[in-house]
Amino acid sequence: MADKIIKNLTIKVWRQKNAKTAGKFETYKINDISGGTSFLEMLDILNEQLINEGQEPIAFDHDCREGICGMCSLFINGRAHGPDDDITTCQLHMRKFKEGETITIEPWRAGAFPVIKDLIVDRTAFEKVLQAGGYISVNTGGVPDGNAIPISQDDAEEAMDAAACIGCGACVATCKNSSAMLFVSAKVSHLAKLPQGRVEASRRAKNMVAKMDELGFGNCTNTGACEVECPKGISIANIARLNREFLAAKIKD
Amino acid sequence: MSSFLSSSIGKKLIMSLSGLFLVLFLLVHLILNSFLMFDSTGELFNAGAHFMAMPVIRFGLQPVLFGGFIVHIIYAIILTLQNQKARPQKYASQNLGNSSTWSSRNMFVLGGLVLVFIVMHLMHFFVPMQITGEVPMKMVDGVEIHDGAALVKALFTTGTFGIVYTCIYVLGAVLLGLHLAHGFWSSFQSIGMSNIIWRARLERAGYIYAIFIAGGFTIIPLYLHFFA
Repeated sequence: MADKIIKNLTIKVWRQKNAKTAGKFETYKINDISGGTSFLEMLDILNEQLINEGQEPIAFDHDCREGICGMCSLFINGRAHGPDDDITTCQLHMRKFKEGETITIEPWRAGAFPVIKDLIVDRTAFEKVLQAGGYISVNTGGVPDGNAIPISQDDAEEAMDAAACIGCGACVATCKNSSAMLFVSAKVSHLAKLPQGRVEASRRAKNMVAKMDELGFGNCTNTGACEVECPKGISIANIARLNREFLAAKIKD
Repeated sequence: MSSFLSSSIGKKLIMSLSGLFLVLFLLVHLILNSFLMFDSTGELFNAGAHFMAMPVIRFGLQPVLFGGFIVHIIYAIILTLQNQKARPQKYASQNLGNSSTWSSRNMFVLGGLVLVFIVMHLMHFFVPMQITGEVPMKMVDGVEIHDGAALVKALFTTGTFGIVYTCIYVLGAVLLGLHLAHGFWSSFQSIGMSNIIWRARLERAGYIYAIFIAGGFTIIPLYLHFFA
């Protein structure tokens, strides 16, 4: 069955020259988009149109377009990664939109994620949080060594679920407080659940939370919006674990 | 310790512990108020109120209770201001209706409204009964105690004022219930006492507790207005 064609779409998109200038919304028309077009492909088509008209194309982040790299972002019609569940923007398709619809596209909005240009934000803050403790300092050996330490299925599953985080920043973008707790808790959890990561668990929780606070992310108020919009379905049960890890580490001090 | 209290999780721990303390207080308060419904003479309620005015409670526990309120309010303000600052530029459109509950997003507003209610409530009951002592005295078993029950009944039943007053109390109870609907489970989450299984249980317990407290504080003024 052929995909339906959306004849008319209005794209209201945030345009901002660079980090220092103030941005504003611009409105563009785009016609005859197939429902099977991905959202980013639609932006590619729009950009070609803009280039042909001699205008500056819209800058946006993207890389693998397979939903696994965490590079694409975009706040579409009031939701991180747009109107679909458990997906990144590159996996969003135009069939989710209606004929004649106005689509509002904004960059992630958070003090810790400043806009670089148009829809691209600087997510270096996440790298800084990871550098503060999201690693294991010692050599944990090769594949056979991994199998030498028995790990329960439940722990392995929970660690893998947390490790699914791709660091896209949808949690921060969605959270009304711009809190990075879901990201930090996923990174703390996937290591804390495994024996190799357990050794540095206390130090990791303290350092990563301290860095997160320092970078100006907000405080979590447990609204749970982050886990709903997370493309990887990371649970806020991880946030409870981070709270536990952090409090236990501080009590030990 | 200072780095702990200034950390985001430390501040939330203080919010949750003070919140849980106030949650417990609400239960005591509701039980005491329910005496008004179980004894129409008001003697049971007066005896309860007299007990709560004992020196050990008045000078021992009351300051702790006020401390709990003040800490909860101060940290709510600090956290909310920081959270406002974390997003300098707001979204033109943001749709949070599908991903979070209304009460979870409006805890500060709900708390603020509950605070306004509490101030009014203290002025009408706590101040006359425990500070200025304007409430008429009554002899019970050879001891002179405040007739708080009469004060309560007068406020809820006197003409148009009684109707308005009853409505304000019902509204206050509903706001408190909404605050608890998120606050109860949220405090356990902040302490770290939650996981995938317990989250559902705690949320359910929170809703039940919120309905119980809000329902109780709604029924009492309605009962007094219509039947006292």
